[in-house]
Amino acid sequence: MDKFVSHTGTVLPLRRTNVDTDQIIPAVYLKRVTKSGFEDGLFSAWRNDPEFVMNKAEHKGATILVAGADFGTGSSREHAVWALQNYGFKAVLSSRFADIFRGNSQKAGLLTVLIPQEKIESIWAAVEENPSLQVTVDLDGRSVRYGDEVIPFEIDDYTRWRLMEGLDDIGLTLNNIADVDAFEAKRPSFKPKTLPAR
Amino acid sequence: MGKTLSEKIWADHVVRSAAGEPDLLYIDLHLIHEVTSPQAFDGLRLAGRKVRRPDLTIATEDHNTPTLNIDQPIADPVSKLQIDTLRNNAKEFGIRIHSLGDIDQGIVHVVGPQLGITQPGMTIVCGDSHTSTHGAFGALAFGIGTSQVEHVLATQTLPQSKPKTMAINVEGTLKHGVTSKDIILAIIAQIGTGGGQGYVIEYRGSAIRALSMESRMTVCNMSIEAGARAGLIAPDEKTFEYLKNKPHAPAGADWEAAVEYWKTLQSDADAQFDHEITLKAEDISPFITWGTNPGQGAPLDGSVPNPADIADLEDRSAAERAIEYMGLKAGTPFREIKIDTVFLGSCTNGRIEDLRSAAEILKGQKIAPKTRMLVVPGSARVRLAAEAEGLDKVFLDFGAEWRQAGCSMCLGMNPDQLAVGERSASTSNRNFEGRQGKGGRTHLVSPLVAAATAIRGTLSSPADL
Repeated sequence: MDKFVSHTGTVLPLRRTNVDTDQIIPAVYLKRVTKSGFEDGLFSAWRNDPEFVMNKAEHKGATILVAGADFGTGSSREHAVWALQNYGFKAVLSSRFADIFRGNSQKAGLLTVLIPQEKIESIWAAVEENPSLQVTVDLDGRSVRYGDEVIPFEIDDYTRWRLMEGLDDIGLTLNNIADVDAFEAKRPSFKPKTLPAR
Repeated sequence: MGKTLSEKIWADHVVRSAAGEPDLLYIDLHLIHEVTSPQAFDGLRLAGRKVRRPDLTIATEDHNTPTLNIDQPIADPVSKLQIDTLRNNAKEFGIRIHSLGDIDQGIVHVVGPQLGITQPGMTIVCGDSHTSTHGAFGALAFGIGTSQVEHVLATQTLPQSKPKTMAINVEGTLKHGVTSKDIILAIIAQIGTGGGQGYVIEYRGSAIRALSMESRMTVCNMSIEAGARAGLIAPDEKTFEYLKNKPHAPAGADWEAAVEYWKTLQSDADAQFDHEITLKAEDISPFITWGTNPGQGAPLDGSVPNPADIADLEDRSAAERAIEYMGLKAGTPFREIKIDTVFLGSCTNGRIEDLRSAAEILKGQKIAPKTRMLVVPGSARVRLAAEAEGLDKVFLDFGAEWRQAGCSMCLGMNPDQLAVGERSASTSNRNFEGRQGKGGRTHLVSPLVAAATAIRGTLSSPADL
């Protein structure tokens, strides 16, 4: 996983609520068995509309997605995170994320930043006025900055540390595998097993 | 202070707890399917890791599988590759798999309970958001992404931050013709798609206790549509009865020990929930969705809302977009909405009880002209049970199509899809734009409403017949 410390880029303002993972990447794109190449499917139904914000020349190359509330609802497909990353997004800002999407992002190294809706609105307004506005998402300093604005955000220390160091979560758990061995030794015998098949 | 049910299960599965870190939770059962697992197995291979507990892991093929001609090779080469990848991974890592054509194949959330491998007090995960279904047995069951699938394969654990707790009480007696699907649709319409965010919901109250196990699964299944991490229901005699003699249920002394433990799986009387809401069962009537997220629902007796009447600006613009996408007009009574396709199936409503209740309505009737109906059992065993009762004949005589088991038109990854502009009444769980096929329009309904709609050709309840 790539380290995330701080990122500066331009913004794609997505003025929609309830952007579900079926919109981010429709099911027909989920048949691939790799983690790459999903950028073509990103918001594919909406991108058919030439007026869709992502198709506007002034937002080409945006790396920060700023969306309405309840972003990433629905299916647990991590392909939604990969599609955003494959397209070039480094961070997503919203006033509310679906739990599974947020968990997937934190595993895959896409930063999700939770800030109040009125701050989302101000970023939308600022970017619509000046699409080339440079916005910094600073995980180290736990803030979003542009112009004179500084918007603090909260993220738990553990997730922040893991993202900043780009650490493999599985490796971290394997460091404590003796705890898993000890737990397994005490599991009740009535707990079901899938093997042998009955 | 006492503990809630989900807190008890959590506490029983903490492998490691350290200040400033998420708890490391032990996972009792890991369910796998073809769509969200290939990249996880790749990850294991790249890191030279093994599957820690193949004996707590089980795979089935469901999302991609065709529901016709299953004796032929899968026509779509990309779907075929994904299925073949799962089969190869299962073989390489020693994981039990139920493939297309196998008697235990089916939707992963239907297969677990019917094998008796879903039991109270367990932690259950799957790379599928509807894993919450298993909460009906008093298990803590939640959907995960592919990175987490890899984590569980490698370690049989997951680092998780502790969720908040919510009680949803449904008290009283449901009116005739009202089902558990209507309960959950009404709950989601009330609390919204983000209302459960960060919570595990425990469904309680006399109306929940009165539900069968299969109906409880329908309620827990759609917890995710309310944004919740998981949903569960305390186990009771119905739960034990359902599990007894299932292939993987405990036997002999283990059964006694298990039941003794399962009986402790109740929220304590003095337990405090972080949030609590109560609904009266009598107030719930057959429910449908009119929009493009599951929170955009209303009683069938109503009409398409006028966005101008919605005070919240974001909700208003979302409603405007949804009504336009759905090709509806504000003020149209729901009962006048014509339906092209009725879909009966999915992990929400594809169990035998769902098929029986629909068949009872359809028996001796004929399908509305220009309407098609797909009946897709949730598993191969559900299909066989239905055929043993003659339900297949009821559906076929009515004019419906009787298909093989799988996820099918719930998400349209296989050939079962809506065409652009086509409108469905669907017993599935998501009405998102394009969910059932690009440009398709979905109204979520109960199996009873689905059946009545197939007879009349417009959204209807059995009371309209």
